[in-house]
Amino acid sequence: MNGTLIMQSVVDAISLGSLYALFALGIALIFGILQLINFAHSELVMVGAFALVLMNDVPLWLRILSMICIVVVTAVVMERIAFRPVRGANPATLLITSFAVSYLLQNLAILILGPEPRSGSVSTFLDESFQVGDIVILHLDVVTVVVTIALLVGLALFLTRTAIGVQMRAAAEDFRTARLVGVRANRVIATAFAISGLLAAIAALLLTAQAGVVTNTIGVNVVLLAFVATILGGMGSLGGAVLGGFLLGVVSVTLQASLPLELRSYRDAFLFAAVFLVLVIRPDGLIVTRAQRGRV
Amino acid sequence: MLRVDDLVVRYGRVPAVQGVSFSVAEGEAVAIVGPNGAGKTTTLSAIVGVVPAAEGVVRLGGVEVTGWAPERLVRHGLSLVPEGRHIFATLTVIENLRLGATVRSDRAAVQTEIDALLERFPALGRLRRQSAGKLSGGEQQQLAIARALLSRPRMLVLDEPSLGLAPLVIDQVFELLGELRGRGVTILLVEQNAARAVLFADRSYVLRSGRVVLDGTSAELLGHADFVSSYLGVVPADAGVVLPVEEAP
Repeated sequence: MNGTLIMQSVVDAISLGSLYALFALGIALIFGILQLINFAHSELVMVGAFALVLMNDVPLWLRILSMICIVVVTAVVMERIAFRPVRGANPATLLITSFAVSYLLQNLAILILGPEPRSGSVSTFLDESFQVGDIVILHLDVVTVVVTIALLVGLALFLTRTAIGVQMRAAAEDFRTARLVGVRANRVIATAFAISGLLAAIAALLLTAQAGVVTNTIGVNVVLLAFVATILGGMGSLGGAVLGGFLLGVVSVTLQASLPLELRSYRDAFLFAAVFLVLVIRPDGLIVTRAQRGRV
Repeated sequence: MLRVDDLVVRYGRVPAVQGVSFSVAEGEAVAIVGPNGAGKTTTLSAIVGVVPAAEGVVRLGGVEVTGWAPERLVRHGLSLVPEGRHIFATLTVIENLRLGATVRSDRAAVQTEIDALLERFPALGRLRRQSAGKLSGGEQQQLAIARALLSRPRMLVLDEPSLGLAPLVIDQVFELLGELRGRGVTILLVEQNAARAVLFADRSYVLRSGRVVLDGTSAELLGHADFVSSYLGVVPADAGVVLPVEEAP
């Protein structure tokens, strides 16, 4: 592999890793507090992606702002209607509820918008690229990385500098004790869903810009990979989710670039074998939280 | 201050607490003692709203609070120091303390009280920016009590505060509790270490198999032969009083 190809792969890996990290963070945030693996996170992405392509004629800034509002509200309403009634139920009930919400929203999208994929461009600027030496870098790759870093820094500041952020970290570590010191469960959970909605909205923006086509299953595959990333990082650990997301992106792109052509279609098999190997060595993931240790 | 009448708690069909009644007056220190599995922690869990009560009434300051969510009870003046401390290990000492004041909005006063607590507990002061998980067991207990005090509770409830601590550290914990009682804080204490708890409290209740089998002041309990032989390991010379014990069905 020559130097240019390696550098090109590094750029791709960082970009893909950022996207996975965004998804994984949205899942880990909810899991940390509720022990809920929210597979319906992919439908939040779907709602955002459809909102973007359906508002094609609206100015870009208003389009993005409206889309973020729609997804955040959907996330909060989803918690209120679907997950609050089963709060505290066993993890299997929560998991099945999240699948039910996921399928419901996917099929609702078909019912309302029809089964055909919708195409739409977010911005021509994102589709353009520039060259550094022989390496081609898409504007979208740069925006993906910058937006992810900005969101991570923003979230880190929120979680450490604000009262509600510290309450969320406390709830993620030990929800029962957090309530015993007076943390309002409903407020913290609604905030967590709103933030996961924000993360899903940004992911929808990047994914739509990348794919150019929106279907009712646009978020499903990436959410599945992000779920693997959160397990790899250590369920419940936010830092672990980001690390797992980036690692998965890096390994995925490395395999894509280095596997012989005839084996390339089996890339995901190699990817999951690597994940399997990591989990054999570290069954709790890369970063183990105290809460997770208690549950194991 | 706190009145519990005929409290019943069941885990599925298994009765864990079977009609427990007791009261704690304002400014009083009351202990609930009993062997492992007697239903002490379950009784507390039902009072603070962590497990549902199947029957019975809990009143705090004259208001019925049965089934209230824990966060609502804290706002009503009841603060729990849970068994095993349950400090937030990944958060700093300061963050743990600030969480204790979640129910308050007077930020300046909270900061003054945190400063005073850090002075009262020098170890916490030294490690204020460290993760609380790095504290020793005794320091974690200090932090858990300090955190509970920051909500300015009308009543402090402690579940097994001496569990897993070295004897010297247990002395320090009870010294601190004595200090709080001296300041008029109402205390409800659940302890397996019956001797320490009964000697500390104004009154005590003995729980066995989910029922109150004996209650009285420290002097009354220490004069009770069966209590002394069961919990303190000494049978007085004038032993002869037999404790009525009902076994769980």
